[in-house]
Amino acid sequence: MKDFGFGIKKSGVIDLDKADMSLMREIAAEEPSFLHCFYCGTCTATCSAGKYTGFNLRRLQLLIKRGQLDEVSERISECMLCGKCQWVCPKGVNTRHVVMLVNKKLHARKIR
Amino acid sequence: MEDVIVVIGGGPAGMEAALSLAGRGHKVYIVEKTNALGGHLARWDRLFPQQDPAQEILNDMLAGIKNADDKIEVICNAQVQSVKKRMRGLEVMLSNQKMILADAVLVCCGFDLFRAERKEEYGYGIYDNVLTSADLEERFKHKKVLCADGRVPEKVAFVHCVGSRDEKVDHTYCSKVCCVTAVKQACEIKELYPQAEVFNLYMDLRMFDRYFEQMYHKAQSHYGVHFVRGRLSEVSETADGRLQIKTEDTLLGRPMKITVDMLVLMVGMQACAQTEELSEKLDLKVSASDHFFETKDLFLKGNYAHTKGIFLAGACTGPKSLPDTLQDARSAAESIHRYLTA
Repeated sequence: MKDFGFGIKKSGVIDLDKADMSLMREIAAEEPSFLHCFYCGTCTATCSAGKYTGFNLRRLQLLIKRGQLDEVSERISECMLCGKCQWVCPKGVNTRHVVMLVNKKLHARKIR
Repeated sequence: MEDVIVVIGGGPAGMEAALSLAGRGHKVYIVEKTNALGGHLARWDRLFPQQDPAQEILNDMLAGIKNADDKIEVICNAQVQSVKKRMRGLEVMLSNQKMILADAVLVCCGFDLFRAERKEEYGYGIYDNVLTSADLEERFKHKKVLCADGRVPEKVAFVHCVGSRDEKVDHTYCSKVCCVTAVKQACEIKELYPQAEVFNLYMDLRMFDRYFEQMYHKAQSHYGVHFVRGRLSEVSETADGRLQIKTEDTLLGRPMKITVDMLVLMVGMQACAQTEELSEKLDLKVSASDHFFETKDLFLKGNYAHTKGIFLAGACTGPKSLPDTLQDARSAAESIHRYLTA
């Protein structure tokens, strides 16, 4: 059939009933400071990768907590692990460890 | 001759002010409209920020009043009928026909909780598993918070700012205590049912006072409470009696929905029902913006009404936490003492 581009669009609504919270739990278990974030955005403001890509660590942490892992896996490789975010974080979140854990665990899930 | 002060309202503000005034040698009459002292405090289980039992605080105050019974007379089931200016002081007529010649009157009529039914889209009084923060407190007293069908709730959501910061209900102000109460109650749900998932839907988290930020931190790190920045738009019941709620996760910029077993509405404070009546009888000014009583100023005359001999304390001059209310009551007692001894 000829494709006219009228495909079914994926809903943008976050459905928490179907969200995959397993990554959040695993990261929180190995890096408890992951739960301390209060979404101030200091990490994103200072992020070198964020200047040139769509990488946003504040958003990424929240997406994990809402179980939206597709978007996480699309973006996580943009982080260069420079660690500036960790220097500026007022809540002492071990952000590099969080990013490394995300990479490792998404690999294990073969999402990445 | 000892000075006589009539305190209108036997909640925490009225009780604490009476104790302070009695301690300075004045004679105090507490006029309470219900059949007991205590106000809203009597209906609360534990108090933020350190989970002190409300009953213990109340019992301490009641014991103090009993100890001072030569100076403090409690008149329950009574209201002020009229207040007339006399050569010296004020003539206060009560609904039980008792007349008191007072040198000063202190208004401590407190607040009413916002009636959650007014936010119909939140389903209070319509769906069985929608509670207010006050309803939940009542259940905490019995150490049991169950759904209408007797199940232990697996998912509970708290909605901040119900009846606060909402022009649709003519309450544009912040009620101050609901944010921290929501954090407290979220933690208490987790203490009671560690397996439960708890979500707090907030617009801003106003953790302004001592220990509040630590409570928020503990709610996140120790109890794993989920904080979602977004206001509840609507709730509807599912076929199995659960509740589907819709909000926006404003930090992600995406709409969000979730099904929960129980929804708790953090009802704010509003000026008490007697405000208008008392404002006429005592010639008090009421703020056009929030409908609470106005004081002479917000600094050095923060307990003075615009009328001579009349003072104000507690949540009748705007939302206050319990510590704020108690301090305001002591400060009112000091103001009255200065006025009487000047």
